[in-house]
Amino acid sequence: MSTNCVELRGLTFSRGQRVILDSLDIDIPRGKITAILGPSGCGKTTLLRLIGSQLRPDQGSILFEGTDISRLRRQELFVLRERMGMLFQSGALFTDLSVFENVAFPLRLHTDLPESMIRDLVLIKLHAVGLRGARDLMPAELSGGMSRRAALARAIILDPELIMYDEPFVGQDPIFAGVLRDLIKRINEAMGCTCIIVSHDIAETVSISDYMYVLSEGRIIGQGAPDAVMNSDDARVRQFLQGLPDGPVPFHYPAPDYRSDLQLEEM
Amino acid sequence: MLSYLQRLGRTGLDVAAGFGRAGILLAQAVWGPIDWRYGPGLLLRQLHFVGVYSLIIIVVSGVLIGMVLALQGYTVLVRFGAESALGQMVSLTLLRELGPVVAALLFAGRAGSALTAEIGLMKTTEQLAAMEMIGVDPLRRVARPRLLAGIIAMPILAQVFNMVAILGAVGVGVSWLGVDAGSFWSNMQQSVELGEDVMNGVIKAFAFGVVVTWIAVFEGFDAEPTPEGISTATTRTVVYSSLAVLAMDFLLTAIMFGVD
Repeated sequence: MSTNCVELRGLTFSRGQRVILDSLDIDIPRGKITAILGPSGCGKTTLLRLIGSQLRPDQGSILFEGTDISRLRRQELFVLRERMGMLFQSGALFTDLSVFENVAFPLRLHTDLPESMIRDLVLIKLHAVGLRGARDLMPAELSGGMSRRAALARAIILDPELIMYDEPFVGQDPIFAGVLRDLIKRINEAMGCTCIIVSHDIAETVSISDYMYVLSEGRIIGQGAPDAVMNSDDARVRQFLQGLPDGPVPFHYPAPDYRSDLQLEEM
Repeated sequence: MLSYLQRLGRTGLDVAAGFGRAGILLAQAVWGPIDWRYGPGLLLRQLHFVGVYSLIIIVVSGVLIGMVLALQGYTVLVRFGAESALGQMVSLTLLRELGPVVAALLFAGRAGSALTAEIGLMKTTEQLAAMEMIGVDPLRRVARPRLLAGIIAMPILAQVFNMVAILGAVGVGVSWLGVDAGSFWSNMQQSVELGEDVMNGVIKAFAFGVVVTWIAVFEGFDAEPTPEGISTATTRTVVYSSLAVLAMDFLLTAIMFGVD
């Protein structure tokens, strides 16, 4: 059996004429934290949507524990997704349910557990994210950091084999970002699950990941252990990691010549 | 000229694709086994949301339209000394046409727009995507109970509309303008047929319920996940479902009451 939980082979995805992901080969090792870094708009979130099979690739295969999920039928996918958890950028809590009911939602639908056991399991997960006392609050009453933690409790309630984090550190103050970083690490160690973090927050992500991929314009421009990637000689990787405004990834959106655009030549 | 033709072709393709997506949504939402895990709670909550919350606007509009109908009918009928036929005129107008059509238009404005906005916002805030990732089909959990609730609520709302409109007409015609109560009710009783008038009205309301809820739910799912996208989708729901109701009304009337 392969040591990889997810394997992407020749994955290509486009929207209209625009190629978002171009022939990607990515391995996500089982039980490890794999980070996928890259600038905004480089196709990171699209990649997660493809692994969750919410989008279908134009070409290539997506193997999850040996099953090519891009060939599964709709209802088969819903069964398979019980083995995956995803933390959305916005948290995506159901606004008509309390925090407790949000976390209990997957249990109520996918298990026949008695109410007392559901209650215990929900409280254990809420305790793990520090929100046991907030169980009766509605999502509208939570701060951004709290709703992301509640969503994390919901994502791990079924003890999934794979957890995907979509930009977990965006919009978080340093305290919450630190809390979330430690939670992701603790969950990975305690549950032994495979984690994929999609992010452009370099410092937080590097500190907890075991392996990293750097994406730019739909292609992999660097990969390896965090130390190796951080010391990469590749100009594009260095530009992204050091936050340089101009370089191989251009500052300017493609445009006609500046002088002729301002009609200076005629003067 | 060529670009005009191109635009026309593109619009035609977009419209056809839209119908296709709407058809697939309906089939996927309705087809398949009933999922008992969801329980009757979801359907009851939606019935409350689209049915009970629409009652106030349906009742108030019904009373007012009944009153206007009686007043207008009386001024015409009294010229021929036929004001005793007011009950017949009001009841047939309401049961055959105005009841189902006006109730459906109000339903599209009140419940249809709310359904679209709710589902569109669920899409924008990634709640539908989260549901998919939890292993729950949003078409079965979100679309199906809403479609069913709309289809059940619409014929009932149309009959409520008819009842209060007739009471409104009685208020104006009998209590105010002095039409004889006995002839008002007996004329109505004699002229209204259960099969042709009442049931055809119910069938119309049922058909409008299917179309309005289908459009509302589809537009919600199909909305661009942006504030502008939701506002456009909500507007489209009201416009498309109103036009669909009026066009279908003509079609159904031609089939049900058409000249042989």
